Amino acid sequence: MSKISRRTFAASSAAVAASAAFGFKPALAQAYPARPVTVIVPWGAGGGTDATARIVAALLEKDLGQPFNVVNRTGGSGVVGHSAIATAQPDGYTIGMLTVEISMMHWQGLTDLTPKSYTPLALMNEDPPGIQVSSSSPYKTVKELADAIKAAPPGKFKASGTGQGGIWHLALVGWMQAMGLPANQVAWVPSNGAAPAMQDLAAGGLDLTTCSVPEARAIIEAGKARSLAIMAPARNPIFKDVPTLKEAMGIDYATGAWRGIAGPKNLPPEIATKLTAALKKVYDSAEYKDFMSNRGFGTVWGDAAHFAGFMDKGDAQMGEAMKAAGLSKA
Amino acid sequence: MLKTLIDAFALISTWEVIISIFAASVYGLVIGSLPGLSATMATALLVPVTFYLSPIAAIATIVAASSMAIFSGDIPGALLRIPGTPASAAYADEAYAMTRKGQAELALGAGVWFSAVGGIAGVLSLMILAPPLAEIALSFSTFEYFWLALLGLMCATLVARSSPVKAIAGMFIGLLVACIGIENPGGIPRFTFGLTDLFGGIEPIPALVGVFAVAQVMRAMLAPEPPPLPRRKFGSILAGQWRLTKLYHWQMTRGNIVGIIIGVLPGAGADMAAWVSYAMSKRFSKEPEKFGTGHVEGLVEAGASNNASIASGWVPSLLFGIPGDTIAAIAIGVLYMKGLNPGPTLFTEKASSMYAIYLMFIIANIMMIPLGIAMIRVAAYILLAPRAAIMPVIMLCCAVGSFAIGNNMFGVVTVAAFGVIGYVMETNGYPVAAMVLGIVMGTMVEQSFVTSLIKSDGSILPFFERPVAAILAAMAIGALLWPVMVWVWRKVKRPQAAAATSR
Repeated sequence: MSKISRRTFAASSAAVAASAAFGFKPALAQAYPARPVTVIVPWGAGGGTDATARIVAALLEKDLGQPFNVVNRTGGSGVVGHSAIATAQPDGYTIGMLTVEISMMHWQGLTDLTPKSYTPLALMNEDPPGIQVSSSSPYKTVKELADAIKAAPPGKFKASGTGQGGIWHLALVGWMQAMGLPANQVAWVPSNGAAPAMQDLAAGGLDLTTCSVPEARAIIEAGKARSLAIMAPARNPIFKDVPTLKEAMGIDYATGAWRGIAGPKNLPPEIATKLTAALKKVYDSAEYKDFMSNRGFGTVWGDAAHFAGFMDKGDAQMGEAMKAAGLSKA
Repeated sequence: MLKTLIDAFALISTWEVIISIFAASVYGLVIGSLPGLSATMATALLVPVTFYLSPIAAIATIVAASSMAIFSGDIPGALLRIPGTPASAAYADEAYAMTRKGQAELALGAGVWFSAVGGIAGVLSLMILAPPLAEIALSFSTFEYFWLALLGLMCATLVARSSPVKAIAGMFIGLLVACIGIENPGGIPRFTFGLTDLFGGIEPIPALVGVFAVAQVMRAMLAPEPPPLPRRKFGSILAGQWRLTKLYHWQMTRGNIVGIIIGVLPGAGADMAAWVSYAMSKRFSKEPEKFGTGHVEGLVEAGASNNASIASGWVPSLLFGIPGDTIAAIAIGVLYMKGLNPGPTLFTEKASSMYAIYLMFIIANIMMIPLGIAMIRVAAYILLAPRAAIMPVIMLCCAVGSFAIGNNMFGVVTVAAFGVIGYVMETNGYPVAAMVLGIVMGTMVEQSFVTSLIKSDGSILPFFERPVAAILAAMAIGALLWPVMVWVWRKVKRPQAAAATSR
């Protein structure tokens, strides 16, 4: 162990000497990472984002030969951790995991941070919302449900899946808008996350939930709920029988909760390229694929440029949904 | 059935599993007994370790560490009046009073013994009654949760030794604290003063650490050293427990049953189980005047209750993937990661793994007795150490623990602020435990009330229409009106009695 680190030290000091001698910048990137890297997670230990970040960090460590330490900077409903990533030194030794909330919080006036405050590195995961009803519900297809919603007075149907203004709330609003209905056609019942919402659905307190399919999986498998459709471009391999909205209704609407890796703005391009390449290797590894499919999480790859475009598109979509729902302060 | 049981035994009798259980038990005991570090944190910090373990060993570490940490939260509660977990806060005063009376071993022995009994009762309920218990859990909608949370809040007045008015005032301060943040039904920032750190609200754990641990250190700095406890060797810890079991068998059984039922309900968990059971114990006791003076009866019932709720809290987690409490939420993540996906198939296709989980619960609860006794013996030296040496260490633990919660200084500031609040409240006779209860229950009361009203379009009828809600409503309103009726009854009766004597 000590031998290896001495060797790395020798190599890195040689590289530094070389870059000093020749004014040769990219040599620095060759040496990166020369010391441990901190990976900031804006959410608590033990949750889904934490687990994803930890597996990515473990695999990065294997590839790049330096420890990648996961640090949970929680608090402020994700604002604290996201600002810690944005305000870190752009030297490549602090990166972090962004979540979909970064494209939502600024619309509510909770923070000035937007997807533009970062150097995107890679999109690693996306989970689309499903549309679930209780197993005792009379609606067998999403079309029947949608027709009933259209026919009912606004607010008659109650849906849940997360808190007010959360990602699954906006998914519902987006779906309503795609059908040409007002944002409040279905009343949103705020809940403390997907699990209590699924429980309340089974207890008969709600008409539908719009949380992600992995979150609803156990209750569906217990025969207490059905998934009618998913708001994604393609079907979920675990639930092959659940159609997409486009297949079932011809509505081209897709959204989702995503997770990606980014660094602070102005990360040196050499370091960013190196990290994106390493993240691609992580994404392609069997360990990552197995881990994510065991947790029921979807895997989606996007390189730096794709991730940036993806976030911009999502940001605009979220802004629209939030304005429609009256949640936006901007 | 027998074959699955044998398969389950084979699964857990590997060195990896045995070493994991043992190491996680010791780890859970140590973390739980340090003031400022909670059982939830102990479990969360184990998750990265479980990456490298086999599925059964991974679950074993979670089961063992969480069971041990909930028990060992009683140790600093009894010895220093600093509860390790919100669950222990319900009876920390009582256990500390017993220590001052020289009955520390009886109080802690009751903790370990009735925790183990409760834990095993919880596992048996998980084994035998999982499907019907799960049905109970699924029949609870927000209407029922509202009444349940209200009943939980009422325990504040029952548990407090001070005047009920001051207890209610303390509880309201807790409810006010629970309003902070944007994690409310409207998603609107409240009382955040533009501070990002306040968006997430005040977590119960840093508040608890502040009002109990930091306030205790502050009191210690001002008050003269209390008369030292007679220097003596700790007596047998288990002696007398069998006598207590026979004497209080009804309280123990009631504690187990209440713990199992509350544990099964997602979101209620061990904290509420301990509070409700302690309050029930006082309410139905033949000698309620002894409560608060170092009386073991409430410890028996509440200790049996909170550990029973841990195991039964796994029922909704295993059947539906719905966590019973924060620890179970972490456990669900580990279950998915290890391919033991929650759901009914876990009970049929992977029955041997399920039985292995049951067995691990039983083993962990049996191991709790010897390991817990060893831990108590070590911890007992705290009573001999000079106060000047202990208090700075406690401060250090609080600062480190509160920093570790979110890796930022805000946690430390919160703990310090609540230390001051707790100190001021306590000096003026306001029970801080009632405030902690307000913080723990406040979110649930508000969330269930507002969401219920959204669902019913503003009508309050559904709060009474659903059968379970009606029963809970009757209990809550009855408990609320009972003292008033007693008061009116006395008022009516006294003039008559006075008239009778004057005649």
